[in-house]
Amino acid sequence: MSQKADYWKANLRLIAFCLAIWFVVSFGFGIILVEPLNGISLGGYKLGFWFANQGSIYVFVALIFFYANRMGKLDREHDVHEDKDV
Amino acid sequence: MSLQATTYLVVGLTFALYIGIAIWSRASTTKDFYVAGSHVHPVANGMATAADWMSAASFISMAGLIAFMGYGGSLFLMGWTGGYVLLAMLLAPYLRKFGKFTVPEFIGDRYYSKTARIVAVICLIIASVTYVIGQMKGIGVAFSRFLEVDYNVGLVIGMGIVFVYAVLGGMKGITYTQIAQYCVLIFAYTIPAIFISMQLTGMPIPQLGLGSTMSGSEVYLLDRLDQVLTDLGFAQYTTQARLSSLNMFVYTMSLMIGTAGLPHVIIRFFTVPKVKDARSSAGWALVFIAILYTTAPGVAAMASMQSVRPGSRSGKRPACSRSKTRTATARSSTRPIRTSTR
Repeated sequence: MSQKADYWKANLRLIAFCLAIWFVVSFGFGIILVEPLNGISLGGYKLGFWFANQGSIYVFVALIFFYANRMGKLDREHDVHEDKDV
Repeated sequence: MSLQATTYLVVGLTFALYIGIAIWSRASTTKDFYVAGSHVHPVANGMATAADWMSAASFISMAGLIAFMGYGGSLFLMGWTGGYVLLAMLLAPYLRKFGKFTVPEFIGDRYYSKTARIVAVICLIIASVTYVIGQMKGIGVAFSRFLEVDYNVGLVIGMGIVFVYAVLGGMKGITYTQIAQYCVLIFAYTIPAIFISMQLTGMPIPQLGLGSTMSGSEVYLLDRLDQVLTDLGFAQYTTQARLSSLNMFVYTMSLMIGTAGLPHVIIRFFTVPKVKDARSSAGWALVFIAILYTTAPGVAAMASMQSVRPGSRSGKRPACSRSKTRTATARSSTRPIRTSTR
């Protein structure tokens, strides 16, 4: 039983971590902090504008793959992976 | 061959391809029909999800909206893609684990209630019907232009085609048709973008071109665009926001949550073999979506640039004039001055 609870806790911790990043890059950098970040430039982009227009999307993609990979590891560690029932 | 004949040929071949795929992959069991037998590869499912989800809004109108709204248009970019993070982490894997065909089925079983299930069905129908109305409007407009028929006739043709391949092939047929659609869609979108980017900045990748200098000068494209717009008395492209930060925040949030809850996207995750695949499949879907969504701001800014740059419209029209005209038309009703140089 505690094994299951551990798995669920680790799962929630991972989701919280990923969603924190998700929030910071889009709502944080792209909207709330856009003005101060626009003072910094990234090539021809203002940084805040870049996050809103491009950067947040790249981070979203990376986040989902990171999450999928970590969950795969968690599944194996807690022996709930599905490879055995194939 | 006349343009009309070429159009008929291309559109006809595309329809033939879609219907051919549906016949080839005919559904033979209930599981085939609803969830493609649950053995779609996660990358294939990602591509099909991308095509399924990127609709008239993304393909026809988003670049125009961003060109018009400048920085403020970013809420569509972040909102519509950010929803996939929620979907991948909070919804798709759990629904896939449950292993039934539909979301109402999940709700009904989870809460041991037939009433809950009926409520879920009603929500699903309302969401889907609203969505389909928008899409069908897009189909009607697109077909009436391409085939030069009446709007209603175009609408009926489009509906007929979708009906045939959806009923014949079920989810399996739809999956393969959508993969074909994605290829068509992404080619049609990125090629003009590559050319306009090359023409303006000498950089073929629009994502990088948008952050590059104008060809033959040291000035960055976005700086130049800001300057031209300010000179004409408009707000700067890169900072222009029609909404307050708070409004942008809640607008973006609502688009994200809305995206994560779309019934036709959720059901796509029932088609992969395992829970693990549902997670990575959401990632692949977003990769394929991101290809278009990171190109769109480039198209938007460059099309704006093309339409406001002093003297750019004299004499010959560049290869990219089609996409420019499209975005300019989308804007013309609301901001006549900026299109006057068309």
